[in-house]
Amino acid sequence: MSEYWLAIIFFFVFIIATLGITYWAARKTKTTSHFYAAGGGITGFQNGLALAGDYMSAASFLGIAGLVALNGFDGLIYSTGWLVGWPIILFLIAEPLRNLGKYTFADVVAYRLQQGPVRIAAVIGTLVVVLTYLIGQMVGAGTLIKLLFGLDYVVAILIVGAVMMTYVLFGGMIATTWVQIIKACLLLGGAVLMAILVLSQFGFNPTNLFAKAAEVNGKAVLEPGTKIVTGAWDALSLGLALMFGTAGLPHILMRFYTVPDATQARKSVLWATIWIGLFYLITFILGFGSMVLVGKQTILGIGGGGNMAAPLLAKELGGPLLFGFICAVAFATILAVVAGLTLSGAAALSHDLWVSTIKGGHASEEEQLKVARIASIILGICAVLLGIVFQGQNVAYMVGLTFSIAASCNFPALMLAIFWKRLTTAGAVSSIVFGAVGTVVLIILGPTVWVDLLKHDHAIFPLKNPALFTMTGAFIVGIVVSLLKPERSSAEAFEEMERRATLGVITKAAPAE
Amino acid sequence: MNANASLVEAIEGDPRFRELVTKRTRLAWTLTGAMLVIYFGFIAIVAFAPEWLGIFISGAITLGIPIGLAVIAAAFVLTGLYVYRANSEFDRLTRDILEGIK
Repeated sequence: MSEYWLAIIFFFVFIIATLGITYWAARKTKTTSHFYAAGGGITGFQNGLALAGDYMSAASFLGIAGLVALNGFDGLIYSTGWLVGWPIILFLIAEPLRNLGKYTFADVVAYRLQQGPVRIAAVIGTLVVVLTYLIGQMVGAGTLIKLLFGLDYVVAILIVGAVMMTYVLFGGMIATTWVQIIKACLLLGGAVLMAILVLSQFGFNPTNLFAKAAEVNGKAVLEPGTKIVTGAWDALSLGLALMFGTAGLPHILMRFYTVPDATQARKSVLWATIWIGLFYLITFILGFGSMVLVGKQTILGIGGGGNMAAPLLAKELGGPLLFGFICAVAFATILAVVAGLTLSGAAALSHDLWVSTIKGGHASEEEQLKVARIASIILGICAVLLGIVFQGQNVAYMVGLTFSIAASCNFPALMLAIFWKRLTTAGAVSSIVFGAVGTVVLIILGPTVWVDLLKHDHAIFPLKNPALFTMTGAFIVGIVVSLLKPERSSAEAFEEMERRATLGVITKAAPAE
Repeated sequence: MNANASLVEAIEGDPRFRELVTKRTRLAWTLTGAMLVIYFGFIAIVAFAPEWLGIFISGAITLGIPIGLAVIAAAFVLTGLYVYRANSEFDRLTRDILEGIK
């Protein structure tokens, strides 16, 4: 058990350090601008690290390494999908988002439409995505702590909830950003070190590594299998969800408001793409390394569905010290992401729902901050409850689900809002609602819930991943509903929006919020 | 109100504004198209002809590995292309337009 003590020590060091950051951040958090957007003072490079940190969650690190360790090539299908969404964000979304909004993506969707209905719909879209993502992360965290430290699952969830809420409540976006940055550096550093150690055992030639893997486990590990996609349409659907879901994740989109202008927003995505791409290349090596040096049997034997592949590899390469470090970092990863998710959920509740909708945009700074903090507490409690209720659920699947929902309910509306002149309020609202409800319903009627969970014979909806239908459907619904009843004010405001999205200048008569 | 109307006129009247919008839109959609073709081309092979990816090309490397890595590399390259053009040409245009309307 001594190896676990090192992990616990590392873990506490990290917690104390991040609480220190939170204290520092708390003293700087005086306004809503600080709380939601770190005062707009984060540079492109820093934000790139923070974005990468947010993205390199437990699902990426543990999940993909595990997937590659057990199945080989298949893991690359997820890796590529999760990476290619970033260029899309860069080309189409980052700059308009930064120029048009203030704290949330709802700011952009509602820009030239009627605020009330659109904000409420966007809040629903945000919360559905945030809550499903939270389930995946919280369950992952609880399982990991239980596996590593032997704590009771519920106790583990409570600890995660408590620490995470401290970051958010007191430090807001400043704290969560810096925690992400530090975590990203630690994670990348640790992973690079492990990759070097793995390759050193194979003469620094990856070919030798792959050859050994094929020798031990058969050629099948070097080509796509049928484990994660059950057919052509499923593959296409999954690809769509992974690629476009990124652009629909509220906590990622929110990070674009922490930089001062569009140029920095652009640089953020460039750096994020570099770090994340590098990370996926490394996890591919680590997965194979684990397959060869640790072995599939050991990995499966320890439980957790393959999630322990990377930490076990660390133990193999660097003994208890490296093992402890990697476990602590993996855990910190989850903490940081959960904090970011809670913050974006809180932003939806307070900025979009309370301030903009209920109070019509009129609320003092103090009140806004107070409401933001209360919302954070509510979200935090929800996160803990969900983590407890969903114990034992497959984490990677939950995350895939989240991406499907994000790709279907948030992404289409955002795209239509930025690029299509004839979008109407009804169109935006129906698109979001269709996307959210449609995805959840089709998932329930699909193989994973209807057959595996509820034990029926045949799934009513054949695909594991409904994105192909729900994302396309959300676009179609948004377009058709808008065309049915045009909205002059929205079409007329399009040019003004274009000016602001392109140049960052405000040219409308009414004072901006 | 008056100051605003003239601001709008100044921007819309500046041919460089239209130039910026057109160029940026064209680059954005071209690169998006490229990324889509590359990525979904890869997915299509995985979906419809996974055996191709299992063909050995040299030693222990199957075709799938360089192709998968090429998709990742493409993401870097396309991103870099956009940022390069945007940070030089588009930012310069934006600055010029904003100077012009002062």
